[in-house]
Amino acid sequence: MKLDKQTVEKLAHLARLEFSEEEKEAMMQDMDKILAFVEKINELKLDGVEPLVYLTEEENILRKDEVITEVSKAEALKNAPSKDTDYFKVSKVLSREE
Amino acid sequence: MKKILEKYEPIIGLEIHTQLSTASKAYSSDGTTYGAMPNTQTNAISLGHPGTLPMPNATVYEFAVRLGLACSCQIRERNEYARKNYFYADLPKGYQITQDTTPICTGGFVDIEDANGDPKRIGLTRIHMEEDSGKSIHDIDPFNTLIDLNRAGTPLLEIVSEPDFRTGQEAYNYLSEMRKLVRYLEISDGNMEEGSLRCDVNVSIRPIGREKFGTKVEVKNMNSFRNVQRAIDYEIKRQYELYENNEEVHQQTRTFDAAKGKTILLRAKEDAHDYRYFPEPDIQPVSVKQDYINSVKAELPPLPSELLAKYLGLGLSEYDAKLLTESKDIALYFEAIIGHTKNHKQAANWLMGSIKSYLNEKAVAIKDFPLSAKTIAELIALVDAGTVSNSAANGDLFKALLEQPNTSPKQLAQELNLMQESDSDALLELVQSVLQKYPAKVAEYQGGKKGLMGLFMGEVMKLSKGKADPKVTTKLVQQELEK
Repeated sequence: MKLDKQTVEKLAHLARLEFSEEEKEAMMQDMDKILAFVEKINELKLDGVEPLVYLTEEENILRKDEVITEVSKAEALKNAPSKDTDYFKVSKVLSREE
Repeated sequence: MKKILEKYEPIIGLEIHTQLSTASKAYSSDGTTYGAMPNTQTNAISLGHPGTLPMPNATVYEFAVRLGLACSCQIRERNEYARKNYFYADLPKGYQITQDTTPICTGGFVDIEDANGDPKRIGLTRIHMEEDSGKSIHDIDPFNTLIDLNRAGTPLLEIVSEPDFRTGQEAYNYLSEMRKLVRYLEISDGNMEEGSLRCDVNVSIRPIGREKFGTKVEVKNMNSFRNVQRAIDYEIKRQYELYENNEEVHQQTRTFDAAKGKTILLRAKEDAHDYRYFPEPDIQPVSVKQDYINSVKAELPPLPSELLAKYLGLGLSEYDAKLLTESKDIALYFEAIIGHTKNHKQAANWLMGSIKSYLNEKAVAIKDFPLSAKTIAELIALVDAGTVSNSAANGDLFKALLEQPNTSPKQLAQELNLMQESDSDALLELVQSVLQKYPAKVAEYQGGKKGLMGLFMGEVMKLSKGKADPKVTTKLVQQELEK
């Protein structure tokens, strides 16, 4: 499978990444390699084999509804590149998307 | 609107997000108190730090099963989670943990009234568990958007209805019913202003008789039930005008501007998101067994629809029954009163009359009302026995009791000299003395002027200082006059 530039651009947009034209070319080649590797798996006969999602067969690993305060406000904000004493700061977002 | 509905059929579906009132978050143990100082309720999981493992909150299951049972849904045994991927500053992980292909509840229904007050059943498509995002604040700092992650990870139930609504009024009625339900079930405070109940709508219209659905438009960001209704009605009209002018309805997401009363384009279909759902491998499947469902069912509080039916069965008017079941706390207080008296009508009158006025005046909730249900039942018994007049019971005696809530109403009535004179012998003397005072009037009465009854009654009341039991007095006066 050959990856086209449009797909790279779409993926870049979804991942909120910006690439120059050269980087896009490099990405196309890298991702082609990744896809080729993954396509190898398609050669396996997997009829009737359920996909593996979980690494154990355990069920019902639940937590009791109890509050445990582990992180202070200062600690929460500590690693943020931009902040004030109360909030994380990000560039102005005008319209909300979700 | 009537003209539109003669030609077109609106098809409306609702998605409700309700914040669950758990103490801690959906997948982590930080707190969920509304209005806490910004960024004081986070931890490594809700902050989206690498290398952390989410762990589901057991109470979220209990709450979801409660709602599922109350709406007669099918409850899924094997529950799994999925990641819904999108980038937004208030979603630190870059994905929301939700249920995609395995919603905990499917099917079920909620009964409401349509715009004419006739019963209507709204089908539910699904209810699934997910988590809330943080909050973006746009109006504090002019140059930046500020992020508060206290809300990130708060548990939500998303309730998706079938497209069964035909008018904005029906949507309004459904939202009111749903809010009542989550409050009765004590799974959410259902407060739209605080964002614990949010609603998106899908609206399309089609010419009556056509099988094919029209293009669907989604409307978001309504902050009150009334605005949901207005947004729907506006959207029906907008789409109608497009159809009538042979223009196309585009698939898009719109937002409601309450000040202008119109919906406004938020994003077109081309900008629609690609959420790339995939299974959440960090949370093991959760199996909800029948035993567990039974145990939740056994603890289920009475539902508003059940209480409504019960009160109608007790002979209360539909008006009274609806008022009493509007809030769970009022209904439970009523339940407590009728545990002590058989006079249901009077119990309703007390609750919706003197008690409600007291609560409104003092701005307190029924939980903080000082008198016990038993005391109210005793008051009702005193009036029924003719010991205290209804007006004295609702007036001076009620007031005095509020100041001495632990005194017995009977004792207080005695102390305040509010007992009615219903002792026949004592009353008879009063009646006879009045009749002796007005021999001419007695003769007129006996000659057929029955209207004089009021005069005799008034005189007896005066003599007794208002304490004569009117029923007994009337009987005695009649008996004496007809001798």
